[in-house]
Amino acid sequence: MAERIDGVRKLFTSKSARVDTNRGDLYYQQLFDTCRARLDALREQPAVNRLDFDSLLTDEGQDRREFMKWVSAVTAMLMLPPMFTPLVAEAAELMNRLPVVWLELQDCAGNSEALLRSDGPKIDEIVLDIISLEFHESLMAPSGHQAEKQLEDAMEHFKGNYLLFVEGSIPVGAGRDWCTIGASGETFLDHLNRVAENAAAVVAVGACATFGGIPAAAPNPTGAVGVMDVVKGKPVINIPACPANPANMVGVVLHYALTGQVPELDSLLRPKFAFGYRIHDNCERRAHFDAGEYVEEWGDEGAKNNFCLYKMGCKGPMTFNNCSIVRYNEGVNWPIGVGRGCIGCSEPDFWDKYAYERPMANANIKAPTGGVEKTVDQFGLGLLTAAGIGIGIHAVASAVAGKREEGGEG
Amino acid sequence: MSKRHIVVDPITRIEGHLRIEAVIDENNTIVDAYSSSTMFRGIETILQGRDPRDCGLLAMRICGVCTGTHYQRSIEAVEDAFDITIPKNARIVRNLIQGALYVHDHLVHFYHLHALDFVDVVSALSADPAKTAEEARKWAGVAGVSPYTDGESEFKAIQERVAKFVKQGRLGIFGNGYWGNKHYKLTPEQNLIGVAHYLQALDIQRDLAKMQAIFGGKNPHPQSIVVGGVTCVQDIQNPARIALFKQLLSDGTKFVKQAYLPDVYMAGTMYADEATDSKATFTELIGGKGVGGTGGGLLNYMSYGDFRLDDTGFYKAQTLFPSGIVYGGDLSKVEAVDHEKIAEDVTHSWYEGSEPLHPYNGQTIPKYTGLDKRDDGIAYLKTGEKYSWIKTPIYNDTRVEVGPLARMIVGVASKDERITKYVTNFLKRGNLPVSVLFSTVGRTAGRAIETELMADVMMEWVDELAANAAAGDLRTWTEFDFDKVSVKTKGMGLAEAPRGSLGHWVRVEDGKVANYQAVVPSTWNAGPRDYKGRMGAYEASLIGTKVADPEQPLEIIRTIHSFDPCIACAVHVVDTKGKSLGVYKLDSQCSI
Ligand code: SF4
Ligand code: SF4
Repeated sequence: MAERIDGVRKLFTSKSARVDTNRGDLYYQQLFDTCRARLDALREQPAVNRLDFDSLLTDEGQDRREFMKWVSAVTAMLMLPPMFTPLVAEAAELMNRLPVVWLELQDCAGNSEALLRSDGPKIDEIVLDIISLEFHESLMAPSGHQAEKQLEDAMEHFKGNYLLFVEGSIPVGAGRDWCTIGASGETFLDHLNRVAENAAAVVAVGACATFGGIPAAAPNPTGAVGVMDVVKGKPVINIPACPANPANMVGVVLHYALTGQVPELDSLLRPKFAFGYRIHDNCERRAHFDAGEYVEEWGDEGAKNNFCLYKMGCKGPMTFNNCSIVRYNEGVNWPIGVGRGCIGCSEPDFWDKYAYERPMANANIKAPTGGVEKTVDQFGLGLLTAAGIGIGIHAVASAVAGKREEGGEG
Repeated sequence: MSKRHIVVDPITRIEGHLRIEAVIDENNTIVDAYSSSTMFRGIETILQGRDPRDCGLLAMRICGVCTGTHYQRSIEAVEDAFDITIPKNARIVRNLIQGALYVHDHLVHFYHLHALDFVDVVSALSADPAKTAEEARKWAGVAGVSPYTDGESEFKAIQERVAKFVKQGRLGIFGNGYWGNKHYKLTPEQNLIGVAHYLQALDIQRDLAKMQAIFGGKNPHPQSIVVGGVTCVQDIQNPARIALFKQLLSDGTKFVKQAYLPDVYMAGTMYADEATDSKATFTELIGGKGVGGTGGGLLNYMSYGDFRLDDTGFYKAQTLFPSGIVYGGDLSKVEAVDHEKIAEDVTHSWYEGSEPLHPYNGQTIPKYTGLDKRDDGIAYLKTGEKYSWIKTPIYNDTRVEVGPLARMIVGVASKDERITKYVTNFLKRGNLPVSVLFSTVGRTAGRAIETELMADVMMEWVDELAANAAAGDLRTWTEFDFDKVSVKTKGMGLAEAPRGSLGHWVRVEDGKVANYQAVVPSTWNAGPRDYKGRMGAYEASLIGTKVADPEQPLEIIRTIHSFDPCIACAVHVVDTKGKSLGVYKLDSQCSI
């Protein structure tokens, strides 16, 4: 046990949990060359979908300038220096070489809904058009065996090349046989394994597909787990949160188009560009936290003055995600903006660990401290359950394996 | 025998996992039907033992589509248990969050989940853009407005875009559709209008979702509602937020009035024959009066009522949608809803149990008996036994349908002035008989009528909210003493989700959830047969429908889609009384 805790301590204090945004010219030059070669190779590939990007832009009532604004925002989000902007634009145009299959398992369709709300001015629609979405139950025209045929067809046609998005968890315990798909009554588990087998990479979207989410909350009646616990021998990218921010879904696809590799991942297989920092690090209420000004009760004077929500249970200090920067619904708002605090939905087991109205008893945050980083790491460790440790260790293993397979980091 | 068994799994363009099996006779008419859900999660079990104040966030994840509805019901069930009345600002904000969902959800349903059952995308390629513009003006004229998409060039550009898409071979999500099926009745021009609005609605829905995010923090899964009120103080006192909300609402309303309603008139008129063809109905088969047409089904409609219009507290305030039950499509009578008469039966559901139980006493112990394995690659439902994860709700020992159509019908039967005006206007403008409502098309029309009503009324509400805040009332929360009120109590949150009547029931003991249960809209509609062998609304609505091509179950999915299935939320486990699947402790982390 001591050994495992030691392992976890390393995980949570290692550099992997932080983002290194300046890696030096040599690094970026090499990466640039990789991307250049990748894009050239991608251009050689036949387009799955021959929609013309420029005319799409016009059809959408967007001009090139607006598009370029979006591109530079995305470049920054991916933590790349401005020299990559033209490459990111090119990658967006070449996304019509990327077939995508989207599966829904033990889900609530929240991530599909989020995908439909994808922001970043209207460009998402182009992205939706462009990426050749081959199978998506919530959106596709045919049902029944025609739908099943569509999936077979895509798997065959794009063998080894499609990105598989998975939404929802997979029951592997008591509920293993309870959930079936298709006329033959295939279990979710078999279905996922079969479709994942020929995928280029598997992207788990949302809390459920990544860490089991709500079905896996105690007492986990069906034995639900995330994709990374089931799919072996494939790169797995986790985009947690409930639902996942569509900006991060688009980011991952773009990154894949650009580099041909999975983005650099943290120990929980989350792309660092999105999950490399805490909500708390970039929170608009942070000054109040540091000044010791808190909302003490819903609707009080502190609430009216947008004070820090820590005492109302905000889990921003222990949650890695970029919603304090990206926000939701084209930046209209986000949970802390609306005065409710963060529930830690991008962390494993957050339903059992974080999703409640009060601060954690042993959180030990006293403002103004300046030393918040340290205390956060301390209680992060204190609260890890055995399951959390298991996932952490598994994740390191997969991350290492993934990197080897991909031959380096993006 | 010449009867054939059709299995449709997955039913796509819905939320969740649904399988329909239908039996057709030698004339391709459906003579038997079964509805089954094949996914199970167990959220109510997960809720047990938690702090009741946290239930809302978890219960919301029952569904990512009716996003926020379960959240509100769950919070209200706890507020009902604690006897809390929320302040005016909180009431209006909640109405706006839920109202925004109605408009958004109905629009997405019509265009992105349902339209392709009426609109043949491929046929749109042969439309004449000039005639299409003319056609669009015609149907907008019926609605008394100018068309949303006007002009030949606009339609031409859209047609070219679709043509390019179709020509490039792979059709993506449009691949393998039922294009060319004989039961598509729109002309190429009408199909082009449908395709144009399908694409434009992708944009519109994104903006409509922002309305929910303004007061809810995000969409899907908003986060601003707490037991006692709401948290979004800064958003209600900020005139820029109010202005943005109004802007988004009026842009969305424009699309609703100038595209959505005209399109429903267009489809309604083209399908009016079968919508009023009472011969095709289930009622006829069971010896009923034969009102309505294809897809009519049970003809019993229920609404719990929703959207409180004053601050007198739960179940006492006046509501926008009245509560009531209408039996047999008889609009002259309406009965009051008595929640004591709600029960759930599991005879044909994969749970143990022998008699219908009220939700407060609900018991659910999974008992999966599987599918019949066959050699031909198809595993059929064991329809004589248990065949679905959805339970069978029963009201007063009858099966009822819930949803927007039910709300409109109950509203009219209750002689509610506002609802009657919207329904009557709709029928008058479209020159459609009342009986058109009792059908597949009617269900789709009911949803459109409601969308327009909601959009209009929300504008009044947002002004009311702004005025209240401007007058200096910033109260958003009602204080309560948790330790006192949570000793031993129970409460319910009964309201209307976009898809119909939704109830959450909670029992609280010693500050923890002792028992939790939700009975959701799609449970009412999608449930399998009951202990007397009576069909549910989905099943009944399919009976008598003629299928043009059994290889392309277009008519089946059209009728099923008219209910807007939302299946994940229809499946749940409740308290297993003394047989809990696990023990969960929160104490260690939950102290302040
Ligand atoms: S992650 Fe959240 S939004 Fe997604 S399926 Fe799970 S509960 Fe729904
Ligand atoms: S505790 Fe929450 S509200 Fe406060 S500064 Fe940190 S993230 Fe923001």
